[in-house]
Amino acid sequence: MALSGIQIYKLLPQTNCKECGFPTCLAFAMKLAAKQVELGACPYVSEASKKQLAESAAPPIRLVTLKADGSEVKVGNEVVMYRHEKTFYNKPGLFLRVRASDPDLAKKVAQADAYKVNYVGMDFTLNGYAIEADGDLASAVKAVREVTKRPLILISNDAAALDSSLSLLAGETALIYAASESNYESLAEVAKKHKAVLAVKADTLDALADLTQKIQAKGAEDMVLDLGGKNLGDWLMRSTQVRRLALKNFRPLGYPVIFFAAQNGVEKEAVYAAHAIAKYAGFVVIDTFAPEMIYPLLVLRENLYTDPQKPIQVQPGVYEINSPKPESPVLVTTNFSITYFAVANEVEGSGLPAWLVVTDAEGMSVLTAWAAGKFDAERIAKAIKGFNVADKVSRKRLVLPGHVAVLSGEVEEELPGWEVRVGPREAVDLPAFMKQALN
Amino acid sequence: MPIEIPKDKWLGSIRTVTIGATSAEGGTRAKTVTVGGGTTMPYLHFKAPTPNKPAIAIEIKSRKPTDWSPLLAEVWGEAMADPAQWAKKAEEAGADLIVLALTVEDSPEDAVKAVKSVLGATGLPLIVWGPGQAEKDNELLVPVSEATKGEKLVLGICEDKNYRTIVATAMANGHLVQARAPMDVNLSKQLNILISDMGMPKDRILMDPTTGALGYGMEYGYSVMERLRLAALQGDAMTQFPMIVTPGFEAWKTKEAKVGEGVPEAWGDWKARAVNWETLTALALVESGADILVLRHPESVKRVKDTIEELITA
Ligand code: SF4
Repeated sequence: MALSGIQIYKLLPQTNCKECGFPTCLAFAMKLAAKQVELGACPYVSEASKKQLAESAAPPIRLVTLKADGSEVKVGNEVVMYRHEKTFYNKPGLFLRVRASDPDLAKKVAQADAYKVNYVGMDFTLNGYAIEADGDLASAVKAVREVTKRPLILISNDAAALDSSLSLLAGETALIYAASESNYESLAEVAKKHKAVLAVKADTLDALADLTQKIQAKGAEDMVLDLGGKNLGDWLMRSTQVRRLALKNFRPLGYPVIFFAAQNGVEKEAVYAAHAIAKYAGFVVIDTFAPEMIYPLLVLRENLYTDPQKPIQVQPGVYEINSPKPESPVLVTTNFSITYFAVANEVEGSGLPAWLVVTDAEGMSVLTAWAAGKFDAERIAKAIKGFNVADKVSRKRLVLPGHVAVLSGEVEEELPGWEVRVGPREAVDLPAFMKQALN
Repeated sequence: MPIEIPKDKWLGSIRTVTIGATSAEGGTRAKTVTVGGGTTMPYLHFKAPTPNKPAIAIEIKSRKPTDWSPLLAEVWGEAMADPAQWAKKAEEAGADLIVLALTVEDSPEDAVKAVKSVLGATGLPLIVWGPGQAEKDNELLVPVSEATKGEKLVLGICEDKNYRTIVATAMANGHLVQARAPMDVNLSKQLNILISDMGMPKDRILMDPTTGALGYGMEYGYSVMERLRLAALQGDAMTQFPMIVTPGFEAWKTKEAKVGEGVPEAWGDWKARAVNWETLTALALVESGADILVLRHPESVKRVKDTIEELITA
């Protein structure tokens, strides 16, 4: 938790020597609290105060980064329980677990690695692979590294095997799963040596907090927690408690969480993974490479990690729905994502072709934008002209949202030669309108 | 060293609402469904147990729908042409409640007949939706309400532009109402106030925050629900109603669920994807505080029920 100016002041020498460039230590402390100066400007801060200030500046949930040559995954650094309070920042990494003993290991990873799916203009992929050391780990790591450049999680209790495998991954940051009460000393050594992240597991949160402190004392700083728990409800409570404690600056549990989605059977995997994504996991490991599951999970993750203060806006432009032809109608809407999706979805679902013109209404819905003067005849005309819509159609027929029926006269004036029609108020009524009124 | 778990201290709680009436209570239902009563954010049993688990409703229609996904037609088959049969199958599929959606083609007589046939076919409590056009809703729901006096149906869907007639007839005949507002905490509150001001008892209102589907704005609904629940726990009486949500309707509108051909290969197997779409939309809404989830596919019903079971038995 960030300290206030007064709290910082108490940690300063309080001599008002002015060397920092400020008249008093208090003035300097205020600037520090506002993050407008660096602590280094005061030459007289004690080591103890430095340490305390550094700790207070650290995020409540440690930022953990897994790195490979091709990509990285950052998790942690979260600051809220509920996304509307601010936002969720770092999307949980979605990892596929594979087995070292699998004769098709490389093939499976290569196939999964090629997976890419587009959602509203963004390409999503898996974030990495978790290798279960049920065979020779080092040769599995070699085989996997040949077919993917994404970060790795190594699942093994064998410090020697981990050591030799991590030597193959020089320059990367991998995750070791998992240190427990019985092996943490040797695993912490390996993690420290290779600058790897160490997953830590224990049966209770009390035991887990003890263990992370012991590991930290061994010099391993980057950790990830496995919370255990017998089912979804149990895990939800643990995950909520850990997030709450961490946000109250309880350092021993201020780490991201890892969750194995198939722990209670692959038939529950999709639901388990979704639950973990919604409720604070930093790494989610799945066992099944199934696009029909991965796609909705990636979309769920994107949705929940969208900044609620900045709704996704759709790029203004002309969107082609169901391969429109020159005689297809031109529909107009705003660039508020929900509005756009509602309209695009209905029209798409109807199977009827249309040109959908998305105007720049600063991310507001039709009614809000109209009330705010961001969706008026002038802006609509500007979009139609700016996107050269007239060149695409043989029949200049424009459909306005029903909510802005009042604009139709003005739009006609702004766009001579266009036939302006008033559509329904709600997107859901568009298919019927298009079938009945637009023939 | 034992850790002290920080616990929220809430003043308020969600109201408890019961749907359906048995013969002893003036209706004909074999059982009733009680939802709400929560005193924490969802499923945080280290604070307090979940008093009533969320209920699952299956949506059926008075006439065979022509615009539903073929995947749904495949699973419900012939029963879709007969609401009584469909309701029976829905009960077998694990529904706690039935939602019967009337259509614009129905006359008031058709509507009453359909409702009565469903009440005759199953002992489950019933929610009845009008076709969603103000005049038609009122034309159908009033006679339905009168013909089923005392059954404690839920009538819907009340929206700010049309709620008075539905609320009045529900009040007069001992039913409940579903109050829908478009993804906005204040609009939800406002409608709840309008309905309460008409004299509707507060234990006969369900609020429907509108949610959107996964990938289509669900995160707005998700956060509105969390905010409504938090407001309720903080003691805001006009947000303390159990929430009914419609992930079946939302998810099965999406292209991901509805369409099997001409879609990207990266979307994977159609049927599994469609059911995942509905299930994951529903799951997210369970997390954010839904009390009644209206679904369409039996497999989603099973998966969501299993999940709820796990969440309440931690
Ligand atoms: S340099 Fe340090 S001790 Fe001197 S006034 Fe600034 S803060 Fe105080």
